Amino acid sequence: MEPRPKSFYALTAFFILFIIFLYGPTLTIGILSFQGPDGGLTFPMRGVSMHWFRDLFEQQAVGDIWGSFRRSFVLGLMVMVTTVVVSVMGGLAFRKRFKGSTVLFYLIITSLVIPSILVSLGVGLIWSQSGLPVHWSSSGFGAQLTWTLPFGLLIMFAVFNRFDRSYEEAARDLGASPWQVIRHVVLPIIAPSLIGVALFGFTLSYDEFARTLLTSGSYNTLPLEIFGMTTNVTTPVLFALGTLTTAFSLLIILIFLLVAWLLNRRRARQGSDAGKGLV
Amino acid sequence: MRNNSVIGWLLAAPLSLVLLVFLVAPIAMIVVVSFWGATEWSIYPAFQFDNYTFLLTSDVTYRVYLNTLKYAIITWAFTLLIGFTVAYYLAFHIRSLTWQIALFLLCTIPFLTSNIIRMISWIPFLGRNGLANQALISWGVIDEPLEWLLFSDFSVILAFVHLYTLFMVVPIFNTMMRIDKSLIEAAVDAGASGWQTLWHVIIPLTKPGIMIGTIFVVALVMGDFITVRFMSGSQSANVGRMIQNDIGLLQYPSASATAVILLVTVLLLIGTLLRFVDIRKEL
Repeated sequence: MEPRPKSFYALTAFFILFIIFLYGPTLTIGILSFQGPDGGLTFPMRGVSMHWFRDLFEQQAVGDIWGSFRRSFVLGLMVMVTTVVVSVMGGLAFRKRFKGSTVLFYLIITSLVIPSILVSLGVGLIWSQSGLPVHWSSSGFGAQLTWTLPFGLLIMFAVFNRFDRSYEEAARDLGASPWQVIRHVVLPIIAPSLIGVALFGFTLSYDEFARTLLTSGSYNTLPLEIFGMTTNVTTPVLFALGTLTTAFSLLIILIFLLVAWLLNRRRARQGSDAGKGLV
Repeated sequence: MRNNSVIGWLLAAPLSLVLLVFLVAPIAMIVVVSFWGATEWSIYPAFQFDNYTFLLTSDVTYRVYLNTLKYAIITWAFTLLIGFTVAYYLAFHIRSLTWQIALFLLCTIPFLTSNIIRMISWIPFLGRNGLANQALISWGVIDEPLEWLLFSDFSVILAFVHLYTLFMVVPIFNTMMRIDKSLIEAAVDAGASGWQTLWHVIIPLTKPGIMIGTIFVVALVMGDFITVRFMSGSQSANVGRMIQNDIGLLQYPSASATAVILLVTVLLLIGTLLRFVDIRKEL
């Protein structure tokens, strides 16, 4: 191998600083959430305790955290499943040109770049003017889809751009019906990417704020609850909650990555028997 | 051929339905309501230009727009510089694919955690008694704690850069990974210095990624209201905050008029940027 150029070391230092910049603040609140009972929102630490985590579990202390967590979790799962199904169908549709596909494509881009507060305001207005009650599982659910679907679809476009169609042709030549081709050839091949779409669907929904703001009604999702807390809670309990929900997000990400990795391995093992000789 | 179109439509139907109900209809609704009138406690259907006249003749609007653009431009410059450098490092200096993926994931993970928590986490750093002030005082750089670290334009832009640099890293990295490495070898063989290769080969080939990153960052910063609200301690305003204020006062028609103008601005900007890149080809 060639020796590393000098720029490599400078850039490595830059990259490390960038990572510290990305993770440093989160780590600090992680540390500060173990602040002693008399400690405040900044350093120094006045002792180390689980005091603020215990506070979270006492329902009356601060809002309806566990209720909002449950709602966010269920909503995240709903959005995740819908995002995966709709994105796969959309991705398949866009493989061939159909009338209106260009318009639909620009709508997807619009959905991605539109200021979130417009979706919130517009959906909220429609619901209130037609007398429907805004609720996280109806208006909130739809408003979040306008944020997660573009990401899911962009991933699907990228996947299908790299998809080798000769697999499908081979299946068709062997007499597979269109549905069988999708079910037994296309889906298994794109499965690891679907894990990515699902991960985006869940986490983007779980952390969504702006589009849910005016569309979730009287029952808050977790991010809304946390934002409410920032205006009236001035103790490290805020950090404790932040640490817990970040840890939860990281756990979810880890699980998804693990599943994607396992699927990839399985695909590598079962995908081809080249080189194994004739049986 | 007809059959193809029908299958395409069927597959695209759920997507179209969601976008119709939750994107197109809400935009239409906002446009309609922007012509309505409002009393202190209710709104009523009408067709009047009052909301727009009020907006376009108030110099507050122009100041707020200028401020929004300022945030967008400064954030764009920083995210581009940092994002490009990080992507360049990952794409050209990391030699094994496994490491590239691992480090790339390391950069991506914060994007999947809560933005609000990530904003809150700056408080212990930037506050009056925060880490930054403590460190600067103990090093003897300053005697008094700096007041402008938190709840200022500085902290707003810092938070934007913190939240959105990723949107530059990902598309730029994606484009860089598709650059044929033999082009760079050719440049080096032809006697180009490192900077010349960067400037004349890599940057031109990375332009689509830069454009996509720019679209993301500009759209996110222009449409933001929560970062500005939180990181400026309600002391600065951008267009999103203006809309949110009107909503808080139940002045939906005026909020809608501001929203329509914001949407037109953002779409014009993005539309211009889209002329320089074919997104579908870059995925």
